[in-house]
Amino acid sequence: MTHTVSVLVENKPGALARVSNMFARRGFNIESLAVGSTERRDVSRITLTVDCPVDLLEQIEKQMHKLVNVLRVSTLEAGEAVERELALIKVKADPSRHVELMTLAGVFDARVADLGPDAIIFEVVGTPDELQSFEEVLRPHGLTELARTGRIGLARASTNSAPRPQHVLR
Amino acid sequence: MLGSDAILRSLEAEGVDVVFGIPGGAILPLYDGFARGTTVRHVLARHEQGAGHMAEGYARASGKVGVALATSGPGVTNLVTPIADAWMDSTPLVCITGQVRSSLIGTDAFQETDATGITLPIVKHSWLVQDVEELPHVLKAAFHIARTGRSGPVLVDIAKDVQEAEIDFAYPHRVDLPGWKPPASVHPRQVREAARALLAASRPVLYVGGGAINGDACGELRELAETAGIPVVATLMAKGAFPESHPLCYGPPGMHGSKWANWALNKADLVVAVGARFDDRVTGKLDAFAQGAKVVHFDIDAAEIGKLRHADIPITGPLKLALSELTEAVRTLAEPDHEGPDAWRRQLDEWRDAYPYRYRREGEFLKPQAVVETLRDLAGDRDDVVWTTGVGQHQMWAMQYLVCDRPRSFITSGGLGTMGYGLPAAIGAKAARPDATVVCIDGDGCFQMTSQELATSVLEGLPIVAVIVNNGWLGMVRQWQEMFYDDRFSQTHLTHQVPDYAQLAEAYGAAGFTVDCEDELESVLEEAMACGRTAVVDARCDPAEKCFPMIPAGAAATDVLEFSEETVQT
Repeated sequence: MTHTVSVLVENKPGALARVSNMFARRGFNIESLAVGSTERRDVSRITLTVDCPVDLLEQIEKQMHKLVNVLRVSTLEAGEAVERELALIKVKADPSRHVELMTLAGVFDARVADLGPDAIIFEVVGTPDELQSFEEVLRPHGLTELARTGRIGLARASTNSAPRPQHVLR
Repeated sequence: MLGSDAILRSLEAEGVDVVFGIPGGAILPLYDGFARGTTVRHVLARHEQGAGHMAEGYARASGKVGVALATSGPGVTNLVTPIADAWMDSTPLVCITGQVRSSLIGTDAFQETDATGITLPIVKHSWLVQDVEELPHVLKAAFHIARTGRSGPVLVDIAKDVQEAEIDFAYPHRVDLPGWKPPASVHPRQVREAARALLAASRPVLYVGGGAINGDACGELRELAETAGIPVVATLMAKGAFPESHPLCYGPPGMHGSKWANWALNKADLVVAVGARFDDRVTGKLDAFAQGAKVVHFDIDAAEIGKLRHADIPITGPLKLALSELTEAVRTLAEPDHEGPDAWRRQLDEWRDAYPYRYRREGEFLKPQAVVETLRDLAGDRDDVVWTTGVGQHQMWAMQYLVCDRPRSFITSGGLGTMGYGLPAAIGAKAARPDATVVCIDGDGCFQMTSQELATSVLEGLPIVAVIVNNGWLGMVRQWQEMFYDDRFSQTHLTHQVPDYAQLAEAYGAAGFTVDCEDELESVLEEAMACGRTAVVDARCDPAEKCFPMIPAGAAATDVLEFSEETVQT
C-alpha cells in the first residue's frame, strides 16, 4: 500500500541526506520524494511516498523520529489530505496537430508552458492520479520527455480545524 | 581564545578527564592546545581504531561519555570501526576529528575524506564545523546527544582553520535541539497493564539486554525481579546487569547461551524484554522464538519496539523509571495471597542442574574453558574486576564461565562483533577505573588485530593483563568450517607459535608468560595478575575445542547442539 509521509526537518546541511540514507540503509524504498521550503525559513518539508505494509510504515516513522534534524513526521491519510504534483511533459507534434493536443490538454486543465515548431511542453498540476491519466493520454501522441516533481501534500484544512459543535450538526 | 582552546575548555566543562587519540595534520592546532595546557589527560594510541575502542572501554567501565580524537582522512577512516561498534552496542562516544581547511573542503585535498558522509549511517548525529562561533554549541549538543536517550556515538568534524580562529568563548548552559526529545516518562496505564500481565503469568521471564546497564536501571531491575520472583535471563551485553550468583539469574540466552536460558524463553508464557532488541544471535529463528509468550517490551528507543517481534504491551521510556514504576504497580496490584512462579522456577532449576556447561578436561592440550574457569576462580570474591574480551570462541566461553555480579564489569563487543576490541577496551577501562583489576580475555586472532596498543599500555603504565586463549586458529570460524563446511578448513590456521606472544610482550616492555598445561595454569595467571605491569599470558590451548552448547544460525532453541554433538530435545 502506498503511503504519503510528510516530514518537517531543520533546514540544515545534510538533513535530506540523513533521511534518505536511513531509507537506503534499512532497505525501505522511496517511490517519490519532494523537498521544499515551508512557512518557516529554518524548516523544510520533505514529502515522500513509500509502498509498504502498515507495520513497516510505523517502523519507518520511528526511525525518522530518531534523526536529530527531524522535527515532525506525519502520515497523510488518503482522503484526509490534499495532495498535488506538477509535471512538465514534452510532446513531439507538428503544427497541424497542435489544436488537437491543446483541446486534450484543456480536459486536464494543463497549460502550454512552451511551444516550438515541432514540439509542445505542457504543464499540469493535479493529484498524482490525474497526472498519470494525462500522461497516458499523451503517450500515443509522441511523448518524448517527462519530469514530475513528486507529490507534496498537507492535511486537509477541514480536518485541521476544531470539530464543529454538536448542536450545529443537528 | 583560539578555536582549539575552545574545544579543550568545552571538554573540561563536560567533565572529561581523559581522551584517546593520535595527532595528524588537520588536527595539529588542537594538539597544540594540549601543549598549551589543559586538565584533560591525553592517552596516545598507536592506531585510531585502538583509540576508539579505548574510548569505548572507558565509557563502558565508567558510564561516562568516551572521547576519541583523530585527524582527517585515514585518521577518521580508522575510527570507523569503533564508531560502528559503539553504534551497535549503544556506547556513548564523542569523536572529534580534524578536517582540511574550509577553503579546501570538496577539492580532494591531501588527507581529505568526507568524514560525516562516511559515518552517516553509524552515528546518532554528526557535524562538520566550518564556523568557529558554532563550536561551543556543537560540542555541548554532541555530549548531550551521545548520552541521552539511547546512548551512542556522535562525530564532530572540525576544519583546521576553525581550530585556528579566534572566538570569545562561553560554554552554553543549554542545548537548542528542537528535534531531539528522548522520552522522559512512561505511560502509567501501560505499566499497570504490564504489572497485571506479570501477576497473571505462570511462566514469566525477564529478558534483559544492555539497555539495563546503559539506562542505569540495574538496581531497579533487581528490585523488580525479587519483588515478583521472576527468573532473569541476561544477554551478553547485559552480563553483570543482574548478579549472576543470584538464584533468580538464569544466565545468557542465544547461540552459545545456556540451555536453560534458551528453554526458559522457549517455554515462557510472558517475556518481559528490558532494553533488549531481539537480536538474531539471541532469538535464532525468529518465528520459533518464545512462540507461546505474550511480550512486554520496555525500551528507551521506540523504534526497537515492534522492530522484530510484536509487543503486546509496548512501553517506551527511561528504564530506570519504568522498572521502578512497574515494581510499584506489582506491589499495589498483587493480591495478598499471590504466589510467585515457584513451580516455573523449580523447572528452570531442574534444567540448570541437568544441563550444566560441559567440556572434557582431558587430552594432551590445555582446555580453553579451563583457562576461563581458573581466571574466574582467581577473581573469586573480588569486587574490583573488570573483564574485557575480543570476539569469538573465547568471548563465548568468557560469557559462559565468568561470574559477574556487578554492572560494567564485563566489557565486550556484542552487536558488531569486532575482533581486536579486547586489548584497547581494557586500556580504556583501566584509564577510567585505575583501581580496578582489568583482565582482557582475548583470542589469538583478535589479539593480533590491535596488539600495537601494548605500547600504549606499557608507556601509560597500566597494569592490565591480557590472557590470550591461543588455539592457533581463527577458532570460531574453524568451528563453523568443521560443523557446517565438512571440515574444509580454509584460511583459518594461524599457528600457536607465530608470533611468540610472550616475546612480543617483552619487546614492548610488558611482562610475557607462556603456559600450555593445566598444572602451571593457576600459578602463571596469578603471577601475571600480581606483577604490577602490563602483562600478556599466552595460554596455548586445544586447537580443536568447540564452543557448546550451540544453536546453529537460523535454528530454534530446541535444536541445540551439545559438545558430543547429539541433538538434545526438550
